[in-house]
Amino acid sequence: MKKLFIYNLIFFFSLGSIIAQQTPAPKQSQDIVIVGATAHLGNGEVIENSLIYFKDGKLSTIAKAQLVKMDTSGKRVIDATGKHVYPGFIALNASLGLSEIDAVRATRDFDEVGQMIPHIRSLIAYNAESQVVESMRPNGVLQGEIAPRGGTISGSASVMQFDAWNWEDAAIKVDHGIHMNWPGAFTRGRWWLGEDAGLRPDKNYPKRVQAIKDFFMKASQYLNGPKSTKNIPYEATAGLFNGAQKLFIHVEGTKEITDAINTAKSVGINDIVVVNGTGAEKVADLLVKNNIPVVIDRAHRIPDNIDDDYDLPFRNAKILMDAGIMVSIGMQGQMERMNTRNLPFYAGTYAAYGVPKEKAVQMITGNAAKILGIDSFTGTLEAGKDATLFISEGDALDMRSNIVTHAFIQGREVSLETHQTKLWKRYLKKVKSK
Amino acid sequence: MKNNLFLLFLFFTSLGFAQDYFPINTEVKTSKNTTVVFENATIYVNPSEVIKKGSMVIKDGKVVAIGRSVKAPAGAKKVDLSGKTVYPSFIDIYSDFGIKKPARTRGGRSPQYDAQRKGYYWNDHIRPETDPTTSFKFDTKKAKQLVNAGFGVVNTHMHDGIVRGNGMLVSLNTASNDAFRMINNRSAQYLSFSKSVKSRQNYPTSRMGAMALLRQMYLDADWYAQGNAKNKDLSLEALNANKNLVQIFDAGSHLDVVRADKVGDEFGIQYTIVGSGLEYERVADIKATGATMIVPINFRKAYDVSNPMLTEQISVNDMRRWNQEPSNLAVLAKNGIEFALTIHDLKSVAAFHKNLKKAIKYGLDKTKALEALTTIPAKILGETTIGNLNVGSHANFIVTSGDIFDSKTTLYENWVQGDRHVVNDMNIKDINGTYTFNTNGKDFELTVSGKGAKQRGSLKSGGKTVKSKFAFKDNWVHLTINDGGQFARIVAQMSPNGMSGQLYANDGSTTNWMATMKKDSKKAAKKKSTKQTTPTVLPVSFPNIGMGNFVQPKQQTILIKNTTVWTSEADGILENTDVLLKDGKIAKIGKNLKARRALVIDGKGKHLTAGIIDEHSHIATSAVNESGHNSTAEVTIEDVVNPDDINIYRNLAGGVTSIQILHGSANPIGGRSAIIKLKWGENADNLIYKNSPKFIKFALGENVKQSNWGDNQTIRFPQTRMGVEQVYKDYFQRAKEYEALKTSGKPFRKDIELETLSEILKKERFISCHSYVQSEINMLMKVAESFDFNINTFTHILEGYKVADKMAKHGVGGSTFSDWWAYKYEVKDAIPFNAAIMKEAGVTVAINSDDREMSRRLNQEAAKTIKYGGVSELEAWKMVTINPAKLLHIDDRTGSIKVGKDADVVLWSGHPMSIYSKAEKTIIDGTVYFDVEEDKKKRAALKKEKAQLVKMMLNEKLNGGKVQAPRRKMLKQFTCETEGTIIN
Repeated sequence: MKKLFIYNLIFFFSLGSIIAQQTPAPKQSQDIVIVGATAHLGNGEVIENSLIYFKDGKLSTIAKAQLVKMDTSGKRVIDATGKHVYPGFIALNASLGLSEIDAVRATRDFDEVGQMIPHIRSLIAYNAESQVVESMRPNGVLQGEIAPRGGTISGSASVMQFDAWNWEDAAIKVDHGIHMNWPGAFTRGRWWLGEDAGLRPDKNYPKRVQAIKDFFMKASQYLNGPKSTKNIPYEATAGLFNGAQKLFIHVEGTKEITDAINTAKSVGINDIVVVNGTGAEKVADLLVKNNIPVVIDRAHRIPDNIDDDYDLPFRNAKILMDAGIMVSIGMQGQMERMNTRNLPFYAGTYAAYGVPKEKAVQMITGNAAKILGIDSFTGTLEAGKDATLFISEGDALDMRSNIVTHAFIQGREVSLETHQTKLWKRYLKKVKSK
Repeated sequence: MKNNLFLLFLFFTSLGFAQDYFPINTEVKTSKNTTVVFENATIYVNPSEVIKKGSMVIKDGKVVAIGRSVKAPAGAKKVDLSGKTVYPSFIDIYSDFGIKKPARTRGGRSPQYDAQRKGYYWNDHIRPETDPTTSFKFDTKKAKQLVNAGFGVVNTHMHDGIVRGNGMLVSLNTASNDAFRMINNRSAQYLSFSKSVKSRQNYPTSRMGAMALLRQMYLDADWYAQGNAKNKDLSLEALNANKNLVQIFDAGSHLDVVRADKVGDEFGIQYTIVGSGLEYERVADIKATGATMIVPINFRKAYDVSNPMLTEQISVNDMRRWNQEPSNLAVLAKNGIEFALTIHDLKSVAAFHKNLKKAIKYGLDKTKALEALTTIPAKILGETTIGNLNVGSHANFIVTSGDIFDSKTTLYENWVQGDRHVVNDMNIKDINGTYTFNTNGKDFELTVSGKGAKQRGSLKSGGKTVKSKFAFKDNWVHLTINDGGQFARIVAQMSPNGMSGQLYANDGSTTNWMATMKKDSKKAAKKKSTKQTTPTVLPVSFPNIGMGNFVQPKQQTILIKNTTVWTSEADGILENTDVLLKDGKIAKIGKNLKARRALVIDGKGKHLTAGIIDEHSHIATSAVNESGHNSTAEVTIEDVVNPDDINIYRNLAGGVTSIQILHGSANPIGGRSAIIKLKWGENADNLIYKNSPKFIKFALGENVKQSNWGDNQTIRFPQTRMGVEQVYKDYFQRAKEYEALKTSGKPFRKDIELETLSEILKKERFISCHSYVQSEINMLMKVAESFDFNINTFTHILEGYKVADKMAKHGVGGSTFSDWWAYKYEVKDAIPFNAAIMKEAGVTVAINSDDREMSRRLNQEAAKTIKYGGVSELEAWKMVTINPAKLLHIDDRTGSIKVGKDADVVLWSGHPMSIYSKAEKTIIDGTVYFDVEEDKKKRAALKKEKAQLVKMMLNEKLNGGKVQAPRRKMLKQFTCETEGTIIN
């Protein structure tokens, strides 16, 4: 063990993270029944004293325990009385596995050169053995959308589950969406050139919007044409026009959100997700009418403006939900990869400031799956869906009680050990032996 | 060419400025009669002494007689000033007139740590030897502008560096030369917080570094004066030579005014301080400095609020300042603060009178305004012969048509050193009025309005406008008429009843022409709405931002009933308990307590805890790092505490009551800490703990060896962990030797940095050391042990769990993040179980933030130790209350609910570590600084105020006022790694 650790340290940077972390669990071979837990279904519903039965990686029965008569012989029974079961939490707009140590440039793989690069795919750079990724599981974060960053059209994102040998195994939906950064409509004067430093409409904004529009128009024309010479970026956008892919637009400001939606629709892209969406509540009608959800930022941030209510970021989810918008939570921000494990607590904070608890769970399970287009097979505890779930000692949205005892991905019981728990156990033993 | 034009502008000059002992080879030596007597004027000898119908005699550029009945000497030129007013010319005491600031020195990418000059002070930004005369070049164009605005004298200097050397007092007499214009070439010594652009020397990089540098400089100057130095130091010699001059400090914001004054006070120097024009925001603090202020008169334009999307971005602070700042001078005067005015930051001199009139409209007393431009600047500079018209003073005066502060008044002439400069020709007649005449059987009406040479006429006939061109030059009227193709030209002069002259018709014929002035039309033409509306000035809050307090909360007797009390003491949690807070202390804990006149709060269902203490914070400060040297023990965060930071309020809303503001981690030996209570609305001094325990920040790891600073930062020692150890050994050895020398009684150079370090050796100052990996943690403990002291706290201490046993043995505490890791290589092995393991080993553990966002949720961060490592709830809660109090040596005052301790408590809506709980009341010293219900009221009031300000600004724009684009106030996030200084 110790040797392995030192070996790990020495080679971590010279050879990349070649040392396998926790070995991915094998396929579910035995049927499993979890009894007695409070089951949070992820669709806003909750079942007290539940029975959850899954086999071959799929959920089979979720019901009140009293209502089910089940022969448990040959099945593994987990008594979870007093505990809670949740669908595996889903982190949206995450960049896990695309960088290991923020300050070490060699490990950073999330931002490619170029402005309009939909063909760039996060999928293949995803490090399934990242120590940061494995640290998600003990908190119940079992799946996530891995998105590239930077540029105007940043590239294609894919959805991963967090217990895999490699990216191919990890992917549960490949290239499900393309991420795009919408320009800001306002700019600050270049004070260093003697201009007024005040905010003013950005003269280049219409040009930037037109460039985006042009790109998609040309892509659309190309896709409908003979394609005699292949155009890789245009090819990558095909799914946006035929409904196979969603366009995730990172945008803030009411004017910008309105422009972004109208532009996308005008070129024939109808499956849109707004990311960040500051001010979205003011254009709620437009969003609701077009079935556009908003992936809001993490709750743990400070207000944008000095005069804002101190709790304005905390109330963000409630404000949008009250306006009728479907909401989930994105991970982008400071130290976002390591902080992704705090996803349950972002939801908990939104719950503390107005969102009903089960709705808060739904934000990071059912809603998140719908937004990613994976709701047909995961995201909620419903028969027929993947048995991707976990058992927590208590309320998983609260730090005190988010104590995960079991976690399953596609029915496979995944290890809750990590680089961090190994160090913990090793050094706790050292301290205790003294 | 320009100069020639300007000379034409001067009507006459009294004599050639030949120095009388200079030889002349071009003509015979003559002397001219220079005596002029001004009669029948209203004369302001000084702002409070007025002579009606007085006379003044000037000769050779000086006033020789002044009074009600002064006999004109024989042969004097007489000037009748009936109806005119004479004031002393103005003085701009803070100017860069004629002294061009040098271009910024550019250099390589590598930083520069040493001074580039030899024979001067060790820091290039200390330049007391600067002599303004060597770079002075009289700026005729600018002088003309200033003269036209009424200024006669400016006090100018080189605006460059922390110590800037002498200034010079110069008259603006464009007809003279420097030999006569220079009134004093050592008028004062100038200082600021800004570095010289002439050198790239790194130190100081922050406000607190500049303050420390000034202190050390004064100590060194004293030591040098005693003849102790072996070397020559021209800077210190100049500094000592300038010691008795007036010291003028360009500070700026109200915080910096107080900071400058503090440095001066420590060395018995009362600076005259240049402010920002926003002194009203903390006028009591300004008054307390006792400094005479030099205040700019530059008012911002209203914001363009026509775009509602952009308007949301403007802070109410910026909006208020537009509304409030014209009242600044009135507020200063009302508070008895002596001030002079400066126009140095005005883009155009022309704005000066407009702004001054605005200030008067906002309540500035006219006498005070005049004093601020005449007697006060003279007094500051110790000059008796400017700013007044006493006998013997410079003949610097302006002649006006009346009250200089009235918008209808014309400034005619500005005499400087006895030389006349015409601004507006006072001999031009005022011909305002309506004149009627008849020509070719048609009646015409000519209406003249305007002032002086700018008088304009408009012609009407039968109520319709007739095409015409009017000019009034040299008291001649020129009128050209085009009445439907019928041309006529009229040339006329004024007559007792109107105008008379000749009309030149289309056909070339000439006839006599007369126009009669309508009775009372003169008054009618001049009559304008004189109704003065008193402007609405919105109230100032403390701090003057959206969530500031209009009224500071008061200490109260508070009884919290029937609540769950988390004592953070051996008692643990007490159910259904009452707590009485009285005189700022926790007075009683028990059941069924009663108190007279107490504010009773029902605590049923709620939880009461001690206030949260953040061992590692960087909020509420204007600077974090002084990174110019590898050791900066001489700097202190106490110098730069910023009480106006909104994060104080946000932290209160998260239940935080005390924080340690630490220096950053840019160097192995950082600066001293400020330990403060978050008393929102109070000034910096009142935030800082009285008899505060002394702390200093040390740092290890990647930051101090500049690993992530880019490829150019590779020359500062140390660049490796190996070097870090030697930095410590070196400095502690030097401190030890310094202390030995000091106690020996032999002469020594007082060194603030080594004084601080020897406090550590004497166990009077404690180290809180930023730390990550185990090797260096171990190393620092060993270094400390070899010098016979202990490290107090390892902060961050992410690999503390690996050396927890050694830490326990050494007796050092650990203040850590709950779960941060993976952001740099040295935190690869950081684990969230760290707190639990260190606790298990017997280390006193705190959970800290180092982050303005996390600090407002430290209750949640404490809760993470329950999840990671199974710490009990009671112990987890101690990690953000009594444990950090212990680490900060304030556990005898705060950190737990115990009778006799400071009443620093928080009432939570539920379990304090539940994610669903909120702080409802945060109380410090028995005063409620945050109340969730008050907060709601503040929000509503803010919304209302913003709407009011938007309305005012829309009005301003619609009424033709100039507006500026909205701007958003960006708050810089301060972490361990933040560079530079925030200027409010």
